[in-house]
Amino acid sequence: MQLSEQLARHEAKMRALYAEFETLVRQVETFGRRSFLKLAGMTGGGLVLAFKLEAQASGAQADGAGTPDLNAFVRIAPDDTVTLFSKCPEIGQGIKTAFGLIIAEELDADWKKVKVEQAPVKPKIYGYMGAGGSTSIPRGWDQLRQAGAAARAMLVAAAAKQWNVPTSELSASASVVTHKASGRKATYGELAQAAASLPVPDVATLPLKNRADYKLIGKRYTGVDNRKIVTGQPLFGVDVELPGMLIANLVMCPAPGGKVKSANLDEIKKMPGVVDAFVLEGTDDLTEVKPCVAIVAKSTWEAFKAKAALKMEWDESNASKDSLTQLAAKAKDLARKLPAPASNIGDVDKAFASAGKVVEAEYDYAMVAHQHLEPQNATAWWHDGVMEIWSPSQGSDRGLAGVAKMLKLSEDKMIVHQTRAGGGFGRRLMNDYMFQAAAIAMKVSAPVKLQWKREDDFAQDFFRAGGFHYLKGAVGTDGKLSAIQTHSVGFSADGTHAVTGSGRSNNSFPTDMAPNTRHAITLLPLLTPCGAWRGPTDNVQWFASGSFLHELSVAAGRDHVEFLLEWVNRPRAAGPQQGQGADGRPAPAPDTSRIFNAGRATGVVKMAAEKSGWGKKLPAGSGLGISFAFGYGGHVAEAVELSVDAKKHITIHKITAVADIGPIINIGGADNQLQCGVLFALSAAMFEGIGVEQGRVQQTNFHQYPILRMRSAPPVEPYFIQSDFRPAGLGEPSVLPLAAALGNAIFAATGTRVRTMPFSRAGYSI
Amino acid sequence: MAFVLNINRKATTVDVPGDMPLLWVLRDVLNMKGSKYGCGVGICGSCTVLMDGHPVRSCVTPVSKATGKIVTIEGLAEDGELHPVQQAWIDLDVAQCGYCQGGQILGATALLKEHPKPTDAQIDEAMNGLLCRCGAYKRIRAAIHHVAEPQTRTEGAIHAAE
Repeated sequence: MQLSEQLARHEAKMRALYAEFETLVRQVETFGRRSFLKLAGMTGGGLVLAFKLEAQASGAQADGAGTPDLNAFVRIAPDDTVTLFSKCPEIGQGIKTAFGLIIAEELDADWKKVKVEQAPVKPKIYGYMGAGGSTSIPRGWDQLRQAGAAARAMLVAAAAKQWNVPTSELSASASVVTHKASGRKATYGELAQAAASLPVPDVATLPLKNRADYKLIGKRYTGVDNRKIVTGQPLFGVDVELPGMLIANLVMCPAPGGKVKSANLDEIKKMPGVVDAFVLEGTDDLTEVKPCVAIVAKSTWEAFKAKAALKMEWDESNASKDSLTQLAAKAKDLARKLPAPASNIGDVDKAFASAGKVVEAEYDYAMVAHQHLEPQNATAWWHDGVMEIWSPSQGSDRGLAGVAKMLKLSEDKMIVHQTRAGGGFGRRLMNDYMFQAAAIAMKVSAPVKLQWKREDDFAQDFFRAGGFHYLKGAVGTDGKLSAIQTHSVGFSADGTHAVTGSGRSNNSFPTDMAPNTRHAITLLPLLTPCGAWRGPTDNVQWFASGSFLHELSVAAGRDHVEFLLEWVNRPRAAGPQQGQGADGRPAPAPDTSRIFNAGRATGVVKMAAEKSGWGKKLPAGSGLGISFAFGYGGHVAEAVELSVDAKKHITIHKITAVADIGPIINIGGADNQLQCGVLFALSAAMFEGIGVEQGRVQQTNFHQYPILRMRSAPPVEPYFIQSDFRPAGLGEPSVLPLAAALGNAIFAATGTRVRTMPFSRAGYSI
Repeated sequence: MAFVLNINRKATTVDVPGDMPLLWVLRDVLNMKGSKYGCGVGICGSCTVLMDGHPVRSCVTPVSKATGKIVTIEGLAEDGELHPVQQAWIDLDVAQCGYCQGGQILGATALLKEHPKPTDAQIDEAMNGLLCRCGAYKRIRAAIHHVAEPQTRTEGAIHAAE
């Protein structure tokens, strides 16, 4: 298959994935009686409560009813230990701690006796099990609360039966059920066995707590894996160790689409420690197995040495010849040549003609890489007709289905273990390493761990696309925003759709930015694989528009906070419509948490202004910049205070970040994620850029791709407005406003506008 | 070739090629997974171990040169008692993904031994070689200060508008 077709197929899958993120997360899932499946009287007794989506109920009973399957959300042992299972991948976002807290809250469990374990990858039991689009929390919120509430109701019912009192006279707290009138108490461990024999309540009718009654949610917790992390215990994908395990590495073509022509396999096979070396023709899908040479050795070092000695010839007739230098020149040339607009509101030309001020600007941003610190890896073991995989993926559930299809195995012949991931940032929505490890394992009669080198991570990333925005805007003689015209020059694999992260975001950006707006898109063909990178599309779109809004307020002589507040509060068309209910159920209640909300936007902008000391007098060479962004369910404002010296060296004194993502589950975790998201964005804004020539990525390791380090990391102050909306995730919203806030601050300090990202390309350092 | 290594206060003999980096001896041969592979060229710091008290990059230290007393993240706690730096990392919930934190903790341990009350500039100097892709630098810095002066716990205060 042509490379462009493979990329088009990949991009279609990405669009489907993101559509799923947005539609499913907007539905308030409600579950019926049959949603829960009780697995009682298991090993060691106690209560085990499994849970499944009603829509997937067919065949569900067989999954657990007859077998001692412990894959549940809640397990309560006679010794009072409460084990909760976290179904989404832990990639550093703290989901394992947060998910545990959500279940424990409704369960009224004693957090000190709670253990949180990673659930095995079983989508038939758990439903969706990925981590992407900042959706884990909003998607899991109801399901997890209901799981906790159902288990609690059964424990209380067991006590009521034992003591012959109505459940209404009982209370539960910290894993103890109490009958106040008689003073009787029983621990969850004591009640678990009896509870397990009771019918599962209809979870749809179970009352869930009001926020005011929360005992656990909203406080500060240390992460549930922290002790293992600080003592170096095995947690990550690369830490998997199995008896007789071999180590594999791959050599893939540096230009996407290349095929193996020849390789000195015989020499490689003679090298010390090398067990085998062979060609994998690939699956005709660059998100699975690319054509490559696999080297299998007894140790990682021996595999790496063999890799270095491998002499390859590639057939690059179908390979990418992309040159980002050429594409950038072409895009710049096209920036002011607008095609027919993709959307139009009002009369932009008329507004420009009658404007008080018209401003034009071109923004550009580089392609960037993920480079989470744990390189790609997966461990696969083909044994007993079963493919068993350990993977640090962000979407092991999809990986499971995909690998089964590749191997022509039924999914029940797959066992997939989710490991902790040393970062993800969207890269691990791709499961290529899972497919590769499985393909190698089929040829090796031993467990095999595939270990990429850092250089492989650079060469074989799915990048955030670079791009160009030409913006033209007008403020009226009254100083108010009257028109905006945007032209986004991005990239496409299929000629029609923008690649992931390119083009224009419609789902999370208020498209009617001004009374008169016009948006146009031009897409250039690209054969370099792109993918999701923390806040796709919005992370660059907000750089351009957040900076440009400041250009307009400066042109109008307005205070930028006042201008922003006016902007977020201008009348808009209604938000996206509610999705339909699944499997014929009534349409769920409208959930407005994912929709832009002027009140929430106002709140974060005002608070960021207040906390950053907006309006205060700053010395010459210093400036304060602010920006707002909405995306992935989060409303966020960030303010940067900095000084710039004559050599364009920036000293950031403080970054203020304010997010409204609804109620916070673990305030300590959220604080950390917000400030880390800000620094992740700062790193990209200042330093990060990938070059591609002749289809080949030019950067090979961190010496050519600087990433923010301690010395350049400024203080960040995180704040939250805990509105009453459904909680949202934070991984992506935290990143979005920073680049514009930084550029706006530089302008405030120096009068110079930075319109290129990374800012190092404009001569700035930090 | 046989090498006798002093790892976490114990003599350990391994039979490996002399050019094998200490990192892979630890991870593949001795099944000690705490030291992480990040870049393979000594510039990210995830593989950091202490040798005679000094942080070294085990991914570029051939086993033949690993002649000092080595402490890995697994050996920092003695008799089940966490080192104060490890405890601070838990108390301040420093980690995001946690992959680099073993190296960060060992780097911080060496720094605190040399400068029991390090300044921010000394922290910058000592910790700059340790990359945290998640950007957990603020809490790393705070945790180091916390070990030096446990009473001044600034980070960890809830700023939220509650």
